[in-house]
Amino acid sequence: MTTWPVLSVVTFLPVIGALAIYLTRGDDEAARRNARWIALWTTLVTFAVSLILVWRFDASSADFQFVEKANWLASGITYHMGVDGISLPFVILTTALMPFCIVASWKSITLRVREYMMAFLLLETLMVGTFSALDLVLFYLFFEGGLIPMFLIIGVWGGPRRVYASFKFFLYTLLGSVLMLLAIMALYWNAGTTDIPMLIKTAVPRGLQTWAWLAFFASFAVKMPMWPVHTWLPDAHVEAPTAGSVILAAIMLKMGGYGFLRFSLPMFPLASHDFAWLIFSLSAIAIIYTSLVALMQEDIKKLIAYSSIAHMGFVTMGIFAGPPQRLAGGAFPTNSPGTVSVALFPCVGIVYDRLHTREIAAYGGLVNRMPLYALVFMVFTMANVGLPGTSGFVGEFMTLLGTFKVSIPTATFATLGVILSAGYALWLYRKVVFGALTKPSLASIKDLTWRESLLLFPLVALTILFGVYPKPVLDMSAASVQQLVNNYNTAVTAVKEAALVVQ
Amino acid sequence: MSFSSAGYQLLPVLPELVLAVGAMALLMLGAYRGEGMTRTVTALAVVLLVVVGALELMLPAGKLTTFGGSFIVDDFARFLKILAIIGSAVTLILSTEFLSDPSRRIFEYAILVLLSTLGMMVLISAADLIMLYLGLELMSLALYVVAASNRDNAKSTEAGLKYFVLGALSSGMLLYGASLIYGFTGTVEFAGIAAAVKTGSVGIVFGLVFLLAGLCFKVSAVPFHMWTPDVYEGAPTPVTAFFASAPKVAALAVFTRVTLTAFPGIVPQWQQILVFVAIASMALGSFAAIGQKNIKRLMAYSSIGHMGFALVGLASGTVEGAQGVLVYIAIYVAMTLGTFAVILSMKRAGQPMEQISDFSGLSRTNPLLAFFFAMLLFSLAGIPPLAGFFAKWYVFVAAIKAGLFTLAVVGVLTSVVGAFYYLTIIKVMYFDEPTGDIEPMRIELRTVLAVAGIFNIFFFVYPGPLVSVATTAAKSLFPG
Repeated sequence: MTTWPVLSVVTFLPVIGALAIYLTRGDDEAARRNARWIALWTTLVTFAVSLILVWRFDASSADFQFVEKANWLASGITYHMGVDGISLPFVILTTALMPFCIVASWKSITLRVREYMMAFLLLETLMVGTFSALDLVLFYLFFEGGLIPMFLIIGVWGGPRRVYASFKFFLYTLLGSVLMLLAIMALYWNAGTTDIPMLIKTAVPRGLQTWAWLAFFASFAVKMPMWPVHTWLPDAHVEAPTAGSVILAAIMLKMGGYGFLRFSLPMFPLASHDFAWLIFSLSAIAIIYTSLVALMQEDIKKLIAYSSIAHMGFVTMGIFAGPPQRLAGGAFPTNSPGTVSVALFPCVGIVYDRLHTREIAAYGGLVNRMPLYALVFMVFTMANVGLPGTSGFVGEFMTLLGTFKVSIPTATFATLGVILSAGYALWLYRKVVFGALTKPSLASIKDLTWRESLLLFPLVALTILFGVYPKPVLDMSAASVQQLVNNYNTAVTAVKEAALVVQ
Repeated sequence: MSFSSAGYQLLPVLPELVLAVGAMALLMLGAYRGEGMTRTVTALAVVLLVVVGALELMLPAGKLTTFGGSFIVDDFARFLKILAIIGSAVTLILSTEFLSDPSRRIFEYAILVLLSTLGMMVLISAADLIMLYLGLELMSLALYVVAASNRDNAKSTEAGLKYFVLGALSSGMLLYGASLIYGFTGTVEFAGIAAAVKTGSVGIVFGLVFLLAGLCFKVSAVPFHMWTPDVYEGAPTPVTAFFASAPKVAALAVFTRVTLTAFPGIVPQWQQILVFVAIASMALGSFAAIGQKNIKRLMAYSSIGHMGFALVGLASGTVEGAQGVLVYIAIYVAMTLGTFAVILSMKRAGQPMEQISDFSGLSRTNPLLAFFFAMLLFSLAGIPPLAGFFAKWYVFVAAIKAGLFTLAVVGVLTSVVGAFYYLTIIKVMYFDEPTGDIEPMRIELRTVLAVAGIFNIFFFVYPGPLVSVATTAAKSLFPG
C-alpha cells in the first residue's frame, strides 16, 4: 500500500494536461492534433488512475476513504478530500465520460481547439473536485468554479443563440448558489467548521435547518434543474456543443442530486422530512409537465433536454423517498439516467454533424442508410423509456417502488410520466429513423464511422450491463447509503418521540 | 497635558518624514532641472515609496503613538499603509507612458502622488479628529490637481473641478460633524470620544451622521457617489487607476478606525447607517453599471459596488468584520490595478480605446491578455476559486455572524446582478469577432498585469499569509 494522494492526483491531473496543451504553441493543424491527443491521453490516464480508487475501495465500510487533509483557510476550513460509496460512483462517472467527450469533439470542433480542450480538462478537475471535496468551502469552490469553463464552452463553441444561453446558464446557477453560500456561512458559525464529516455529526438547530435546507435547495434545485427553475437547461443544452451537452446532462445536473444526498439529507434530516411534500409535488409536476412539453418539440436536442428534466424529476423523488423506506435506491437513479441521456446527445450530434440541422422534420428513414446508427439509437431510446433490461428501468423501478410506499399520488403521477416518456421517445424515433428515405439531403448520408462506433458501443454495453446486473454499482454505495438512511431515521424518529412525550 | 519627550517621539512618523522630505527634494530637482527630468523624478518617486514602505515595516512592533496620542502606528495602520504605498507606486509605474508624451511632461505629477500618499499615511494613522482632517485634506488637495493633470483636455479639467467642488462640500460636512462631536464630548481624540460616548444622544448621532457623510464621499459610497463616474471617465486613465486604489484604501481605513475605535459604544446607531449605505452602494453599483458603454465609467460603478461590499464587513462591527474589510480592500486593490493595466494597454494607432465594444475578439488577437482580464473580471464578480470570492467570503461571513441576514442576502443577490456586466465584457472578448489588433503591451503594464493576475488566480492555493496578517491587523483595533 503506497500512501500517495490518489484522489488529489485524479482531481488535478487534468490541470497538468491543460498546462501541457497551453505549452503547445501555434494554431496550425499540427497544434490542433497535438491538443486533441494530449487531451485524450490525459483523460484516459485520469480514468486509469481513478480505477485505482475502485480497486482499493472498501465497499463494506461507510466511512470516507482515501482521505487527505491539509491546512488551508482557517482552523475549521481545511483542504479535506475523500470519497465514500455515494461520491465514488460520481467520480468514476466523470472520469469515465471525459474521454468520450474528447472523442465526441474530435471532428466537430475545428475552431480554437486548444482552448476548447483546456476548458474541458479544467472542467474535469472542477467536477471531480466537487464530488471528492469534504469541506463545504472547498466544495463550493469546485462547484461554482465549474461555471467559468462551462460558460465559455457554451458561449464560444455553441450554436446561434449561444450568448443568451450562456448568460442564462451562468446567472441562474449563480443566483441559486449564492444563497447556499450564506447557508454555508451560517453552518460555519454554528459548528465552528465547514468540515463535512463533522457537520454531518453536528446536530443543527431546527430553525437553522429549515433556512439552510431552503438555501441549499435553491442551489441544487436550479442545478438539477427542478420545475419551475428549469428554463435555463433547454437553452443551454440546445446551444452547447455535443460534448458540452453530455457533461451538462451526465455530470453537472447530477451535482444537484449529489448535493441533496451529501448535504440536505444527512445535515438537515428534519427539514428534509418536513419539505419532502414540496420535493414530491415539484417532481411530479416536472415529470408530467416536461414530458408534455417534450411531446411538442420540433428540435431533437430540445426534446432530449426536456426528457432529461423529466428524468431529474425521478431522481429528486427517489432521493427523498428513499430514506423513510430504508431503501438504498437513492444513489442508483442518480447515476442511471447519466448513461442514458449522455448517449442520446452524441446520437443527435452525429446526425447534426452530417446535416447541420436538428429539426426533427428534416430527418426520416435513416434506417435505410444508417443501420448501425438506428440500432444504437434504439437501445438508448428504449433505455430512456425505461424498458426492462436497460439501466433506465432499474432506476425508474427502484424510484417508483420507494415513492409508492411514501406517497401513492406522487407515484401515480410519476408512472403516468413514464407512459408519456414512451410517447415522445418512440415518436421521435419513428420520425427520425423509420419511414421512407425521401428527403434528397439524406440520400447520401453515411453510417457511423469507426470513431463514432468507438464512442457509442461501450455506452450501449454499459446500458445493457447495468440493466441486467446493477449489483456492482449498488454494492459500491450500499454501506454509505445505509448509514445515511439510519442517521436520517434516527433523527426523525427522535423528534417524533419527543413530540409524543410532550403530548 | 504634558510636553514630555515621550509624547513627541519622531520614530513612529519616520516614514512620513522621509516621504515628505523626499517629495520636497524631488520637487527641487524637477524645478531646477526642468521638464526633462520627468522620467527621473517619477522613477525616484517609486524608489522613495519603496524605501518608505520598508521603513514602515522596520518600525518596532506593537502599538506606537506620538504627538500626544493623535498619531498611532499599530498593525492595522501598517497593513493599510503598505497597501496604500503599493497602490501609489504601481500607479506611478502605470503612468510612465502617459507622462512620456511631449505635451504632458509634468514632473509635478509624481510629486503630487507622493504628497497624496503622505496624506493617506497620516489619515491611516490618525487617532484624533484633527489629524484625520489634516490627512484627508492633504490627500484630497493633491488628488484634485492630478485629476486635472491632462491640462489641454476639457474632460480632464472638468473632472478636476467637479471633484474639487464636491470634495470641498464633503470636507465641510465632515468638519461640521467633527465640531459637533467635539462639542458634545469635549475631546477630539478617538479614545476620549469612545470613553465619553456610551449612549447615543441626539447631538452625537447628528455629528456622527455628518462625519460619516464626509467619509462616504471619500469612499464613493451611495448616496455620496455622484462625482465618481464623471471623475473616473474624465481623468486620465492612470489617474483613474490611482483614484480607484490607494485613496480608497486610506478612506476605508479611516472609516473603519473611526467607527470601531471612537464609537464602539453606539454600534447600533452607526450600524443602521452603514447597512443602508452598503445596500444602496451594492445595488446602485450593480444596476447602474449595466447600461455603461465606457469601460472607465463601468469601473466607477464597479468600485461603488465594491465599496458597498467592503462596508458590509464594517457594518457588522466585529473583529471578523474588520478583518473582512482588510482582506477585501487588499484583494480589491490587486484586482483594480490589474484591470487598469489592461485598460491602459488597449491602444490602437496610439489612440486609447475606452469603449467596451473595443474589446471585441480580444481573445483571438491577444489570448493571454484576454485570459488575464477575464479572470480579473470573474474575480471582481466574486466567482470562486478566484481571489474576489475570498474577499466576499470574509465580509459576508462577518455579516452572518453579526446576524445581519437581510444585508447579506441583498448583498449576494446584487453580486449576481453585478456578475452580469462583468460577463458582458467577457462575452465581448470571447464570443465576438475581432475588429483589429491592438498595440503590443508595454513591459511595465505586462509586469503589473502578470503580478496582479497571478495573485488573483492563485490566491486560493495559499491564502494563509494575507488572512493571518489581516487578522492581526483587525485585532489591533480592539482593546484586549
